[in-house]
Amino acid sequence: MTEYALEVENLRKSFGGQVAVDGVSFSLPPGGSLAVVGESGSGKTTTARMLVGLERPDAGRIRVGGRDRSAAARGRATRLSRARELQMVFQDPYLSLDPRVSVAQCVEEPLRLHFAMSPRERRARRDELLARVGLGGREADALPRRLSGGQRQRVALARALATEPKVLILDEATAALDVSIQAQILDLLAEIRRESGVGYVFVTHNLALVRHVADDVLVLHQGRVVESGPSSRVLTAPEHPYTRLLLHSVPRPGWDPARIAADRRALATESKESS
Amino acid sequence: MTALPLHRRGFLAPLARVAGGDKLVTAALAVLTVLTVAAVLAPLIAPHDPDAVDLSATLSGSTPDHLLGADQSGRDVLSRLIFGARTGLLGPLVVVLVSTVLGTLIGVSAAWHGGAVDAVLSRAMELVFSFPALLLAIILVAVLGPGPTAPVIAMSVAYAPYVGRLARSVALREKGRPYIQAYQVQGWSGWMICVGHLLPNIAPLVLAQSAINFGYALMDLAALSFLGLGVQPPAADWGAMINDGSQALLQGAMLPALAPGAAIVITVVAFSTVGESIADRVARRER
Repeated sequence: MTEYALEVENLRKSFGGQVAVDGVSFSLPPGGSLAVVGESGSGKTTTARMLVGLERPDAGRIRVGGRDRSAAARGRATRLSRARELQMVFQDPYLSLDPRVSVAQCVEEPLRLHFAMSPRERRARRDELLARVGLGGREADALPRRLSGGQRQRVALARALATEPKVLILDEATAALDVSIQAQILDLLAEIRRESGVGYVFVTHNLALVRHVADDVLVLHQGRVVESGPSSRVLTAPEHPYTRLLLHSVPRPGWDPARIAADRRALATESKESS
Repeated sequence: MTALPLHRRGFLAPLARVAGGDKLVTAALAVLTVLTVAAVLAPLIAPHDPDAVDLSATLSGSTPDHLLGADQSGRDVLSRLIFGARTGLLGPLVVVLVSTVLGTLIGVSAAWHGGAVDAVLSRAMELVFSFPALLLAIILVAVLGPGPTAPVIAMSVAYAPYVGRLARSVALREKGRPYIQAYQVQGWSGWMICVGHLLPNIAPLVLAQSAINFGYALMDLAALSFLGLGVQPPAADWGAMINDGSQALLQGAMLPALAPGAAIVITVVAFSTVGESIADRVARRER
């Protein structure tokens, strides 16, 4: 039996009668990379938030390295050990850093909380982490408002890596960035995965991105998994009509918005009949 | 000659930042500085003893010896005005300090915990809102006896919900931002996140509200001493001075009532101006 870095079983969450996530299961091998794909409202962000404990699942289990983390954290020790299992990078780099905390402090904070280090060791580790994401001493002293979106996202990444998590959840982590910056960050992420063996869960609406970063794909539609498998297979030979629709929705030469709208209507009536 | 560097760091720097080149705000800050200095140095700068009676000057208009005239008992109005600034500013200061601490505590706890805690605290704030502050003060005066203590306690309680309501709404907005959630994911306790990150980020807005409250609290406390429920004669206090002066008004002497009245209006306007300017600056920075 393979030991998975992250195992999710039958995750379910509803908000006031509206089911956001309905029976989602997947698993991630150590150092693996999984993309959770879907449009707005498909439940992908709710899934990510449940993984890191920002939302409580109504039912289902989340296990990291065999340890369950679906119940509320009781006590400091549980809180800290869970923080060392999973970390998250948020979508909006302009709101995910405290505007009053300098870059250096921002990376040192989790080090101070999680590791008994002397100030000198902490500074060294901080510089190492910042260098890892391509930031130098000049950025370290700056407040977030002096940095660009891409630089901020690098800081958020360094901060997330500080606790040495087994799995990193990236919630639309590149969606707010320019395309060229996006590519740089994705390269950086791939490099970090190769070197440190951290696993990734990419939460994204962008199928073009999946091809480059993920080994496996999970397609969510209205809170349910409609298709999953190796990304090469799912992207070239999608089985579910919704996956096909998502693939066709990516703008390219010969792209026909009217046909996609028609497909979308057909899919909506089909799913209404089946439910 | 070279131009002055833009960000000169001095002890006036925070004040200059609040003023931001606005003449009205600069004037308001100047008024507040003069008032504070006058209150602190009252014994040194007041031309007369505020309680000294000079019957020959009773209800005199402005004279070289008594710049703002003398009241019915022949006491110098300017000196009483300067000494009155002490109780006039100290009372609202205590009110603002207590209500800010209390209100922030209630507002942030309500926002952070949500659910039942939020419901209980929010209803409690509404309960205090629905109770007229002056009535609360009068009841407390009846219990504790006349003097400045009861009105200050009553106003501290009455103003806490104003701060609390604001603190709750801005804390809720801040709590929803990913940087707070990032700290939760890092494993910090709620207490550490609130004290270390949430409070410093909502503080400017709460302080702006408190500066505005300062003016209103000053007005309410003056009203209570005007009614004879606050500072007791013969101590100099602006509200009590207006009350004393109201009889002089009938005899044609305007200054004993007008001077403290003007002092109250100017102070309240100055505090409101400064408070709103801080709030504006925070709002601009948010965008």
